[in-house]
Amino acid sequence: MTKKKGVLEFIAEHRFLHILISILMGFLVGAIFLVVMGLSVGEAYGRLISSVTSLKGFSYVIVYSIPYIVVGLSVAFSFKTGVFNIGAEGQFVCGSMAAACVGILCASLPGIILIPLCFVAAMIAGAFWGLIVAALKTKWGINEVLSMIMFNWLAFYLSNYIAGIPAIHSDGTAEATKNVAEQARTLFPASFIQRLNLAPTFNWGFIVAVVVTVVIWFIIEKTTLGYQLKAVGSNKNAALYGGIGVNRSILTSLAISGALAGLGGALQLMGMGGRISVFSSQEGFGFAGIVVALIGCSNPFGVLAAGIFYGALNYGGSKLNLVGVPTQLISVIVGTVVFFISISIIFERLRYVGTKLHRDTPKKPAVSDKGEGSDKK
Amino acid sequence: MKKTVAIILTICMVFALCACGKGSASTASAKIKIGMVTDVGGVNDKSFNQTSWEGLQALQAEDPSFEVKYLESKTDADYQTNINTFIDEGYDLIICVGYMLADATRAAAEANPNQKFAIIDDDTCADLPNVACLMFAQEQASYLVGIVAGSYTESKTVGYVQGMVFPSMNKFGVGFISGVLSVCPDAKILQYNANNFGDSAAGAAAAKDMITKGADVIYHAAGGTGMGVIEACNEEGIWAIGVDTDQSNLAPDHVLTSAMKRVDTASQDISKSVKDGNFTAGVHLYDLSNNGVGIAPTTTHISDEVLAKVKQAMEDIGAGKIVVPTVAEEVPEFTLAD
Repeated sequence: MTKKKGVLEFIAEHRFLHILISILMGFLVGAIFLVVMGLSVGEAYGRLISSVTSLKGFSYVIVYSIPYIVVGLSVAFSFKTGVFNIGAEGQFVCGSMAAACVGILCASLPGIILIPLCFVAAMIAGAFWGLIVAALKTKWGINEVLSMIMFNWLAFYLSNYIAGIPAIHSDGTAEATKNVAEQARTLFPASFIQRLNLAPTFNWGFIVAVVVTVVIWFIIEKTTLGYQLKAVGSNKNAALYGGIGVNRSILTSLAISGALAGLGGALQLMGMGGRISVFSSQEGFGFAGIVVALIGCSNPFGVLAAGIFYGALNYGGSKLNLVGVPTQLISVIVGTVVFFISISIIFERLRYVGTKLHRDTPKKPAVSDKGEGSDKK
Repeated sequence: MKKTVAIILTICMVFALCACGKGSASTASAKIKIGMVTDVGGVNDKSFNQTSWEGLQALQAEDPSFEVKYLESKTDADYQTNINTFIDEGYDLIICVGYMLADATRAAAEANPNQKFAIIDDDTCADLPNVACLMFAQEQASYLVGIVAGSYTESKTVGYVQGMVFPSMNKFGVGFISGVLSVCPDAKILQYNANNFGDSAAGAAAAKDMITKGADVIYHAAGGTGMGVIEACNEEGIWAIGVDTDQSNLAPDHVLTSAMKRVDTASQDISKSVKDGNFTAGVHLYDLSNNGVGIAPTTTHISDEVLAKVKQAMEDIGAGKIVVPTVAEEVPEFTLAD
C-alpha cells in the first residue's frame, strides 16, 4: 500500500519519468494491437528501430524532425504564456507559402541574401496570421481556439489559391508551385551527402532548429519579456495587478509563436520539399506540434528531444508497410502516449489523495490503538 | 531507492522491447519485388491507388514469386523519400501512382538509371529509358458512360464535375460530352471544375446546385470530391455515374454505372513484364482494344436496349468508325477552363 502510493507520488513529481512511462505505455498498447492483428511485435518494432538507427536512417530522422521541433517550440511557447496556439497549422502554411513566393519570385538574388529573406518572410507571415487571431481575442474577446481553427482553413485555401497563380504555379503538369530557387535550398552539398550516404534531403535546418531552441529557452527563462509572459500564463489577474499588460502579452506571445510556426514552414519547404503542392487535406504539422509540445513538457529542450522522437516514429513508421504492418500503428502509439500524458492530472489527484491518506491514516489507528489500549487497561 | 527500482524497471522494459527486435529476416532473395508508392490520397482512396494495390495483391496471390509492398505518401515531400526507400531495399520495379509523382519519379529515374519505374497517368516521363508510362484512354470509357447518361436523362440535363482542369483530365469531360450528345443531341450539360480532388463537401455542393438546375444524371471525374457528388445524388434520388472503379457499392440504388480504368490490370501487366524480362519503357496505352478501360460490370440499372447501344459503340470505336475526341478544342460544348 505505502509502496504503491509512493510510486505514484514519485511519478507525479518527476515529469521525465511520467513521460517515459507514457511512451512505454504507447508501445505496449501498440504491441497489443499487433498481437490482436496477428502480426509479429518483434518484426514491427525491430523494423521501427533498425530503420532509424542506421546512419542514413538517422539522417532522415533529423530531416523529418526539423519542422516538428520548430512547430513544437511554437506551441510550447504559447502554452507557457497561457494561450493555446492550435493555429500553428495555419501559421505553418502561411510561413511556407511566404517563403515559397520569395524563393520563386526573387530567384535572381544570391543565396546569402535569399535564404534569410525567405526566413524573415515566413516569420512575418506566421506572426501576422497569429496576430490577427490575437487581435480578435484582445479587442473583442473572441475565443482564440475557435478563430484559430477557422484560420487554419483560411490559410489552407489561401495557400491553394496562391499555388494556382500563374507566376507561382508549376510550369509542368504538377499540381504544385514551381520549385524555389536552387540557392534558396538549405541542403548540404550533394558530394557530402553522397560520400556519407545520407538522406538526399539532409539539410542544415536542424542547426537552425537547435539555435531557435536555445533562443526560446533564453527568452522564456532569462528575460523580462519571458517573465511577464509566464506571469500572464500562470495567473492573468495577478499579472495585471502586478502591472503587466495582459493584452499586450497575448499579442506578443502569439506573434512569437506564429513566427516560429512560420519559420517551421520555411525550414520544411527549403529543406525537404522545395515546393508546395496544392493541398487536398491539411498536412498536420501544426497538430503534430501540439503533440511534440505535450511530450516535451513545453520545455524547449524537452521539445527538441520530443521532436526528434516524433520524427523517428514518423520516418520509421513510414517503413512499417515493408514488413506488412499498417503505418497507422504509429497513430495508435502517439495517441496512447498523448492520452497518458494528458491524464497527468489524474496522477496529481492520486498524489493528493495519497498525501491526504498518508497524513490521516497514521493518526486514526494511533488514536484507536490508544483507545483500545486504555479500554483494556 | 524507489527511484533506482523505477529506473531499472524502465530500462528492463525498453530492453525487453528491443530484444524481440531482431526477429525473422526475410528470405526472399529470388522473389520479384514490386513496390508501389501512393500519392497523398493514400491506399484506401477508393480510386486508382486502391485499384492498383488490389491488382498487385491479386497478382501476389496467384503467383507467389511476386512480393508486393506499398508506401503511403502524406505530403508532397514524401514522394522522393518513399521512392528512395524502395531503391535502397533493392526493389525490382517501383510503381508510382499518379501524375503528382511525375517530378519525383523523373528525378529518381535520372539518378538511378538501372532502376525500373512505372508511372500511372503521366506521359511526361516517356523520354526516360527506365520509366514505363501507363496511360489510359479515359475518353473512351467516358464516352460509353456518356451514352448511358444521355439515354437515361429525362430532363435532357446532365451534370459533370471534374477534379481539375488540365489536358489529361479534360479527356474525361470531352469523352463524356461527346457520348451524351451522340444519343441526345439537344441535351444541356452543366459543368463544374472543383479544382480539388479531395473536397467531398465541394462536390456535394456542386451536385446539389446542378440538381436544382434540373440535372438528373451526374458524372464525376474528381476522386474524393466525387464522393460528395455521389452522396448528394443518393440523397436527392437522382443518378450518379462513378469513375475509375466500379463505384456502385457507394450508393447501390443511385449509381447508374461507372467508367472503369483498369489500373489493376496495367499494374499487373507491367509487373509481369519485369518477371518475364520484357519490360519496355515509354508509353503503354490502355484502351478498349486491350480492355484497359471500359464500363463497370454492375449493370443492374441499365436496360438491355441501352446496353446494346454501349456494345455497338464499343465495336464502332474498335473498328475506328467512331473516333472519340481527346482535346477540349474538338468539343465546343466543353466549357471548363483553367
